[in-house]
Amino acid sequence: MEKVVTDQQIEILLNDLLEKYGYDFTGYTRASLKRRINRLFSLDKFPSFAEFRFRLRTDERYFARFIEEITVNVTEMFRDAGFFKTLKEEVLPVLATYPFIRIWHAGCSTGEEVYSTAIFLKEANLLHKSLLYATDLNPAVVSRAAKGMFPLHHLKQYSQNYHQAGGTAEFSSYYTAAYDHVIFSEELRSRMVFSTHNLVSESSFNQFQLVMCRNVLIYFDKELQGKVFALIDESLDPLGFLALGSKESMKMFPIVSRYRQVGKEKIWRKVT
Amino acid sequence: MEESYLEQRCVIIGGSAGSLQVVQHILNKLKPGFQLPVIIVLHRKTDHTSGLTDVFNYRSTLPVKEAEDKEIINPGTAYVAPADYHLLIEKDLSFSLDGSEKVHYSRPSIDVSFDAASEAFGAGLIGVLLSGANADGTKGLEIIRAKGGISIVQNPASAQVPFMPKHAIESGVAGLVMTAEEISEYLNLL
Repeated sequence: MEKVVTDQQIEILLNDLLEKYGYDFTGYTRASLKRRINRLFSLDKFPSFAEFRFRLRTDERYFARFIEEITVNVTEMFRDAGFFKTLKEEVLPVLATYPFIRIWHAGCSTGEEVYSTAIFLKEANLLHKSLLYATDLNPAVVSRAAKGMFPLHHLKQYSQNYHQAGGTAEFSSYYTAAYDHVIFSEELRSRMVFSTHNLVSESSFNQFQLVMCRNVLIYFDKELQGKVFALIDESLDPLGFLALGSKESMKMFPIVSRYRQVGKEKIWRKVT
Repeated sequence: MEESYLEQRCVIIGGSAGSLQVVQHILNKLKPGFQLPVIIVLHRKTDHTSGLTDVFNYRSTLPVKEAEDKEIINPGTAYVAPADYHLLIEKDLSFSLDGSEKVHYSRPSIDVSFDAASEAFGAGLIGVLLSGANADGTKGLEIIRAKGGISIVQNPASAQVPFMPKHAIESGVAGLVMTAEEISEYLNLL
């Protein structure tokens, strides 16, 4: 955990990334970013910052590794059971009234929450008229998410989360096990669209009735959070829902005046 | 000059198994008008930080609240790290949360918060490591000391679970070794 990349050097790297690859990390909170950059720097045993910087600037494959390691991809199925219970009981019945449902998982990581949502949509008999858009800035996790394969050893925990969230089916009916992995059913995957999308630099690409953006905004500074809220707001139908992570909130932003919180969970509905 | 120096100081307390009562004791014994912010990072099983802040608030001198993402750190306030996130401190002395991998099987991790706090507060940081059955916190204290901050470790003889303070002492990162009583007295003289 030797600290070798300084604050100033981090700014140099961020500038390089923007200039060379068009990836803008300048609105990310520095403490987390610094920790992860230093972790990668020591993991890959660079003898100096200059060599780290050179590799990053000249080797696109290393840049891909950098993106994968610098972004946080910790997720699980039905994470925060209380949240998914509210989604099932309060949000899905409203979505059921639409002829066609569009959902955006912004910052989907390896896709665990997309499959969780799809399972509850199926149980509410809504999956056939739903489309789940799953995006992330990190192409590696998007392609993993598209495969619908998850390590078998997590499934016991996911099954517990599912039942805690109010799931009543046999959880194993949604996947097939193969060696040390499981693969989720084609029926779930057929209603999903996967793509890379960078919340920092790209614009709204569709209208949705539900946007899930959980544990993404904590990595952004306030200014960038405000910009992303504007982007989400633009992408959300009137009376649409926005779901955030359990420690995220829109209460500090003026935009909140047009939203109403649903219950105690971090779900807001666009009311005007 | 001195005032701006005072504003940059901060106490950060890390604890695991057997540390709850010690934190409670320290919070109850801090004198009214204690000016430094106090950041508390505890390992625990439950998902409910709110229960913990209620327990602390019952008799704490300082108001105790859960640390929120992007919240500015105020003097004379105690902040508890929320469950299941690492608590980081930014250079502008605000909190940020991080959901990355566990460190020492823990999220929040004491090392992670001590490290980030020492980046932000430097020599103004007082790190306190309490009872626990985990090696978390030792590396954090080492970083705090390297940055000129003060490292305090609970006397293992007075700790319910001595492993964590002992580990720090044996690694040579303990500046001061004190009982809970002595820690609160020391903090009150800052």
